[in-house]
Amino acid sequence: MASEAAVSTGLPKVQAPPAELEREPLVHHNRSLAWITNQVAGVAEGRTPKWWWPAFLISACGTLMLFTMVTYLISTGVGVWGLNQPNAWAWDITNFVFWIGIGHAGTLISAVLFLLRQKWRTSINRAAEAMTIFAVVCAGIFPVVHTGRVWFATLPGYLIPFPNSNGIWPQFRSPLLWDVFAVSTYATVSTLFWYVGLVPDLATMRDRAKSKLRKFCYGLFALGWSGSNRNWSNYEKAYLILAGLSTPLVLSVHSIVSFDFAVSQLPGWHATIFPPYFVAGAIFSGFGMVLTLMIPLRSLCKLEDLITVRHVELMCKVLLATGSIVGYAYIMEFFIAWYGGNPYELDVFIKNRAADPWIFGPMFKVDPAPYWWAYWSMMICNVISPHFFWFKKLRTSMVFVWIIAGFVNVGMWFERFNIIVTSLHRDFLPSNWGMFSPTWVDIMTFTGSFGLFMTLFLLFMKFLPVIAISEVKGVTPQADPHHPLGGAKGGHH
Amino acid sequence: MSNTTQSTVSTGSTTAVSRPHSILAEYTTPADLMHAAEVVRDAGYKYWDVYSPFPIHGMDDAMGLGNSKVGYFTFVGGCTGFTAGMSMIWWMSQYDYPIVVGGKPLFSPLYAFPVSYEMTILLSAFGTLFGMAFLNKLPRWYNPLFKNKRFHAGAQNDKFFIAIEVTDPRYSETETRKLLESTGGKHIEQVEE
Repeated sequence: MASEAAVSTGLPKVQAPPAELEREPLVHHNRSLAWITNQVAGVAEGRTPKWWWPAFLISACGTLMLFTMVTYLISTGVGVWGLNQPNAWAWDITNFVFWIGIGHAGTLISAVLFLLRQKWRTSINRAAEAMTIFAVVCAGIFPVVHTGRVWFATLPGYLIPFPNSNGIWPQFRSPLLWDVFAVSTYATVSTLFWYVGLVPDLATMRDRAKSKLRKFCYGLFALGWSGSNRNWSNYEKAYLILAGLSTPLVLSVHSIVSFDFAVSQLPGWHATIFPPYFVAGAIFSGFGMVLTLMIPLRSLCKLEDLITVRHVELMCKVLLATGSIVGYAYIMEFFIAWYGGNPYELDVFIKNRAADPWIFGPMFKVDPAPYWWAYWSMMICNVISPHFFWFKKLRTSMVFVWIIAGFVNVGMWFERFNIIVTSLHRDFLPSNWGMFSPTWVDIMTFTGSFGLFMTLFLLFMKFLPVIAISEVKGVTPQADPHHPLGGAKGGHH
Repeated sequence: MSNTTQSTVSTGSTTAVSRPHSILAEYTTPADLMHAAEVVRDAGYKYWDVYSPFPIHGMDDAMGLGNSKVGYFTFVGGCTGFTAGMSMIWWMSQYDYPIVVGGKPLFSPLYAFPVSYEMTILLSAFGTLFGMAFLNKLPRWYNPLFKNKRFHAGAQNDKFFIAIEVTDPRYSETETRKLLESTGGKHIEQVEE
């Protein structure tokens, strides 16, 4: 019979496992359940911190710049970008693939790590999922506006099946249309998954809310959640199923994005390694962005006990693993270009990409590739930089990790630029060769998309719990009915 | 906000406000809650529930709940999505406006697969969400428990509750209270409708 409430305050003695087997706790300093609620909800409830306003102002200016540039593009034409023949795709699709890739880490953390029972995911999944949705929002802008006449692209036309006046349907044999379905499904399902995860925390916010407006808004979206176990039972099943659905979804999304290239006949694009290579690269870039956001977040919002050094370290290990896969893919791609015996394919790799002025150019006796600097930026950022994370000292230094995460972000942008522009800029006939250089509109559109991303993220921080409160509580020892801190008596149960 | 206080004897008041809804007991640890749930389950109650700020592993068994039925909704959604995807593409590309592109077949399940696959996942996810909401009777606009001060402060924070509804055939003003007291429940209060 369980009766004494005093048990929860005192710590009963149980045989401790040997020190070397003890894992570092997920929540530091043995924080109580109420502390977790206060600390996380406090971020969204308390006074807006001083740093938030300048950050928001800068981001909002970026957003404004993005919308101005998009308006200019739509009202004038795609000629305001640096696109030309043969470079019909350049920064637009680079930015699209870059942002979509960023999103993948959020789904990996929320779904794949959930299925693998990686409990450490609970303190980062909320913010990472938010990042996913905001990245997909940024990604979605580029393929829509790059069509030029967006009024054809969106409603009656190329993208969404819509009975237009010509009676023509979209071209379902094209991977570009598969991509429309993949990305829109991804955006929708990620949002559903995020929202389902938010419901119990919105109920917490609702019950803590002081003002009528907050009570109403949180209450509305909390759907009347009470925390009843009959509800939790269905909720947990739904969450598990959504995780199970998101996993094949996230793998399919970047596979289909890679089909945009791989299904074509262009040397440098037509490669069977693309789907797994794109997925690994997406997760790699996404974790880079998660670290870029989380490291400042944990210290600015005083969440170091919840997003611990161990969390950062584990994410560094994911970077190391996926970075190694990406490095392997780059080398394998190169090997197949040679082994496949197609001279055009090999030329793309040597003459258009790898031949730098000093080492590989002279080695292969070719002129330096016009974009050798882009190729080698990618190689250094993506293949070399993650290997610093073999060392624990470096994995646990927040500043160092943040800098390397920045390198990963840059490297992965260059990867997409390389795939697209270095494959396109030298057409089959030398008379069709041409270089791509961005215009100021290209540059300001891309910079503006970061503004939109940060604006959305800052608003998320301001109004919603940045950490999944109920999930973090669930992984503490106090939540385990078979743990002494959870009220278990004696050694048997 | 009319918070109910202890009332051992029901006075059968005239206003509709004081109609009892359930009896509520508070616990401080998940282990206490789980043992109490086992006791209530074994006593044969039907209309009752436990409340916790996070899901507690093993509570479904402690309450005697079966497996959740959300999966059926997912399955129906998934089947609908796949069928809708395949038939939409067939209808658009082969039937309504056939156009030969690159000498490829007008319809092939292979090229129709990626889109159908995405639609399977999309409608499965909606099936899951709406199935969960339907089974949980959400959204719910009114819940008498929310008027209780202790529940309001603790249920989504760090406290654990059992509520047994008065409509339960086994409910008795005194016996049910005794049962909850015997499980170590604190602050046992009646919650009004």
